[in-house]
Amino acid sequence: MGTAAHGSNSNVNYLNEFKGIKSWLLSLDHKRIGLMYMISILTFFFVGGIMALLIRYELFAPGKQLLSPDQYNQVMTYHGAMMVFMVIVPGIPAILGNFFLPLQIGAADVAFPKLNLASWYVFMFGAAIAISTFFSTKVDTGWTFYTPYSIKTGTAVVAMVLAAFVMGMSSILTGLNFIVTVHKLRAPGMTMFKVPLFVWAIYSTAILQVIATPVLAITLLLLAAERLFGVGVFDPALGGDPVLFQHFFWFYSHPAVYIMILPAMGIVSELISAFSHKVIFGYKAIAYSSLGIAAVSFIVWGHHMFVSGQSEIAGVLFSFLTMLVGVPTAIKMFNWLATLYRGSVTFYSPMLYALGFLFLFAIGGVTGIMLASMGVDVHFHDTYFVVAHFHYVMVGGTLMALMGGFYYWFPKMFGKMVDDRLARMTFVLIFIGFNVTFFPQFILGAMGMPRRYFDYIAPYESLNKISTMGSWLIASGFLLSLYAMIKALKSGEKAPSNPWGAKTLEWQTSSPPPHFNFDKKPTVTGGPYDY
Amino acid sequence: MTTNVSHGEHHHSHHFDSAEHEYSSDKEGLWLFMVTEILMFGGLFVAYAIFHSIYPEMFSEGASHLDWRMGFINTLVLITSSLTMALGIFYNQQNQPKKAFWNLIATILLGCCFLVIKYLEYSGKFHHGIYPGRFLDMAVVNPVHQNLGLYFGLYFCMTGLHGIHVVIGMSLIGWVAVRTYKGHFNSHYYTPVEGVGIFWHIVDLIWIFLFPLLYLVG
Amino acid sequence: MFWLSPAHAQTFMPTAASDIAGDVDNLYSFLLISSFISCVILIGGMIYFVYKYRRKSPNDKTPRITHNNFLEFLWSFIPLVIFMVIFAWGWKVYHDMRSMPENGLEIHVTGKQWAWEIQYKSGVTTSNEVVVPIDTDVKLIMTSRDVLHSFYVPSFRIKQDVIPGRYTTLWFNSNKLGEFHIFCTEYCGTSHSGMIGKLRVVTREDYDKWLEQESKFSTLPIAERGAKLFQNKACASCHSVVDSSVRVGPALYQKFGKQQITSAGEVTVDEEYLRESILNPNAKIVKGFNPNIMPSFQGQLNEAELLAIIEYIKGLK
Repeated sequence: MGTAAHGSNSNVNYLNEFKGIKSWLLSLDHKRIGLMYMISILTFFFVGGIMALLIRYELFAPGKQLLSPDQYNQVMTYHGAMMVFMVIVPGIPAILGNFFLPLQIGAADVAFPKLNLASWYVFMFGAAIAISTFFSTKVDTGWTFYTPYSIKTGTAVVAMVLAAFVMGMSSILTGLNFIVTVHKLRAPGMTMFKVPLFVWAIYSTAILQVIATPVLAITLLLLAAERLFGVGVFDPALGGDPVLFQHFFWFYSHPAVYIMILPAMGIVSELISAFSHKVIFGYKAIAYSSLGIAAVSFIVWGHHMFVSGQSEIAGVLFSFLTMLVGVPTAIKMFNWLATLYRGSVTFYSPMLYALGFLFLFAIGGVTGIMLASMGVDVHFHDTYFVVAHFHYVMVGGTLMALMGGFYYWFPKMFGKMVDDRLARMTFVLIFIGFNVTFFPQFILGAMGMPRRYFDYIAPYESLNKISTMGSWLIASGFLLSLYAMIKALKSGEKAPSNPWGAKTLEWQTSSPPPHFNFDKKPTVTGGPYDY
Repeated sequence: MTTNVSHGEHHHSHHFDSAEHEYSSDKEGLWLFMVTEILMFGGLFVAYAIFHSIYPEMFSEGASHLDWRMGFINTLVLITSSLTMALGIFYNQQNQPKKAFWNLIATILLGCCFLVIKYLEYSGKFHHGIYPGRFLDMAVVNPVHQNLGLYFGLYFCMTGLHGIHVVIGMSLIGWVAVRTYKGHFNSHYYTPVEGVGIFWHIVDLIWIFLFPLLYLVG
Repeated sequence: MFWLSPAHAQTFMPTAASDIAGDVDNLYSFLLISSFISCVILIGGMIYFVYKYRRKSPNDKTPRITHNNFLEFLWSFIPLVIFMVIFAWGWKVYHDMRSMPENGLEIHVTGKQWAWEIQYKSGVTTSNEVVVPIDTDVKLIMTSRDVLHSFYVPSFRIKQDVIPGRYTTLWFNSNKLGEFHIFCTEYCGTSHSGMIGKLRVVTREDYDKWLEQESKFSTLPIAERGAKLFQNKACASCHSVVDSSVRVGPALYQKFGKQQITSAGEVTVDEEYLRESILNPNAKIVKGFNPNIMPSFQGQLNEAELLAIIEYIKGLK
């Protein structure tokens, strides 16, 4: 990027300029807040991961292994709720978005630093409520809280719902902050079509967060009111409609799916371009397709409800619109491929994760189209086919991109290089483990095994065994990653300011960056991918 | 750590170019937040519309239990409070903190007035056995429509959530009133008053929709 | 339709036992093949490119290709066309599933935690068992007593949520004799995964015979109904009723009214104890037996059936 900005060469940076726990907990620096999110979210990811292992262990064979049916249902609920509300939804925007959005647009911070810190506290408060329910009567509704089960069950649904409400608020505030940051704080010369694609992705996500989350908020409040005051809106006994809850819930939660995947697509655009050492193909198409996906995602929620009793015509509309979402997604895939064409491709760990993303997301994408086709969806709905599909998108997509992003930006965040041989091994473990775990679940689903099952009939046993063994591979991959990163922090080589030879602005300042990001405000003349 | 680097009268943070830059950013953030507020109430209005189309008779029966005069007085109270709120901003812009302060106090008092009337309405309802949803006392109310509880479920949710917003609004106005009194605002810097003002107007606006929908349309 | 569907679909999909199941499988085969081709293009293309264009020297120059309108149009338009085909085809199959037959055999289904109650027009009721004649349009009219359930028969590729406070419908016409699974696919609590029923497709004659037998059953004295349930639920394979010999579980012969030493102390074998042991077998285990052997029958027996079984056990003298 043609710019005059260079980071300082002094050893003072955002990590060591201020010391002590207070300098972190009261920090208004977007980079430090990003790291605080990182520590909390990785902790939640660890807990949610243990829940996943428990689920898989229980399903190793028919009948009871370790958990009672009620315990299984609780573990399944906490796995889903934690991974969605506390890991994947906030994950990329709150960690990497916070850290790199201002850096990539050449700003000194986000628009509202105090609000940014407040968002972290609000998030932690919500998380604390969610975790506290684990020590009372727990929750066993599944992360979707479908009524009327969630009204009738004798567990701590109200507290859990309020926790999700509070975390939603944090999500809204973060989104709002990012929108204003992108609108108002771009460096001189950086027009909207010169911002990196990661920024476009976070920006589209932020719009979704701001528009969709309030609807979740009111839905959850109504559910809480239903339990506390019996208002009747979702209760058939009082003339209410339990299916209305599903409409409300998915009006948020379908856009939430894109809140989870869009930032991942942003990271992948960065990685593919950087490691092909080539200008991204179809910049505008990728940017507009992010916005397009965001817009269409609001009118496809009914595809979660083809068998819920909604009218046929509603189903037809939702199926049609869902097919339309496939188009911008396909555009992105082809653009990434075209970027590889005639590039100069290197295979460092971040690139492996990006290629892994393309591989898994292709499978997640085509199975998504299968599920959008009504005739087939009736058979697949609420079976393991759906479980496999969304894990391919959420884990194979979002988590692969998140890991790729971590390895890509780790030198910038901490000023240390990760042992790339070790990092590549983590990729191999996670990638193989992931396919071993989740591919058999497509077959299980086609065979008819319903989801959220504590027990299953004999024909499903062998595939479930394979799936469980895969989960151990994934776990070892993530543990090895943790080791690789801790090792890098302790004894990693010092990172240069631009180890990958990338062109976006964050690589123009020192590693790690100084407190206000750039010693001299950068001025932008070229595009983000001018190789 | 910090951040607020003051340049004389205008507090503008280091990462903005100028006070105007910060002001326009703050304002955009505020409006985005208002969008989320409206969308949240939007969910309730959608629920209202759906059930109104399913059970129109239930809504007219429900409305007949409400006293439109109380609702009307409350509408007037809130509209007046919007005026005093606007004056509170105006006088801050005109460097007249004293007038601004008293207008903000008047706004709070009108908010209290609204809540008192709301309290009278609620207690009247409770007195007649009208509670939300399944707690509605069928024996006392003896409703024609068996789902009348659902109407009052919606009534209490909508007005209750609105009431909570009125309380939040009043405390925010209290906060900017104190700052006005201390002379923190002037014609160059009045963002917090304006932000709170926008919030208060939105709260009024929501009431202006709630009143006809619940009391009159029926 | 496709070579894949007759040859291999069986291993991936459960037996197709209706015409609609065949339609679904054809669409599924099409989707599988087109998905496979798309994945080969995407993933194969990716692997080919990264191999062919791997870095040769640190000073590689890459061309500046920013966009290509024609290509971009192609890869937006072609997927769109394919998606529209899939959409239309999916709609057609769905429409057939949702178009209820005019004069079908109507059966009422009520979901409850955690069993399916089936009611026939003649008054016959069963639990977790639907028996239908082959080659007949069958229409299910379904509702729920408590929370959401979903009625799913994998072999027919049909599924419909069952909702308290309203009726939903489902139809099928089976072309294969046999016994098929009914699963609940909407999460409904503790025994969600145990809410499994069976759907038996029989010949018209067998169906009529079955119906007649079942109608007699409901007018039998309750102890005799208990005896039949005792057989149906396979209780007899673990509990002896003709002598005091021990099988997997304790014998029930001449047990009623006696004292019994259990894990929770000495109890009298009365109605209450029998009921508890059927619904919650681990509460008071008879001395000398292990817990977690007997499954709970919670949700599988209704009150009348419980009573009938207890009445039967009372009479084992």
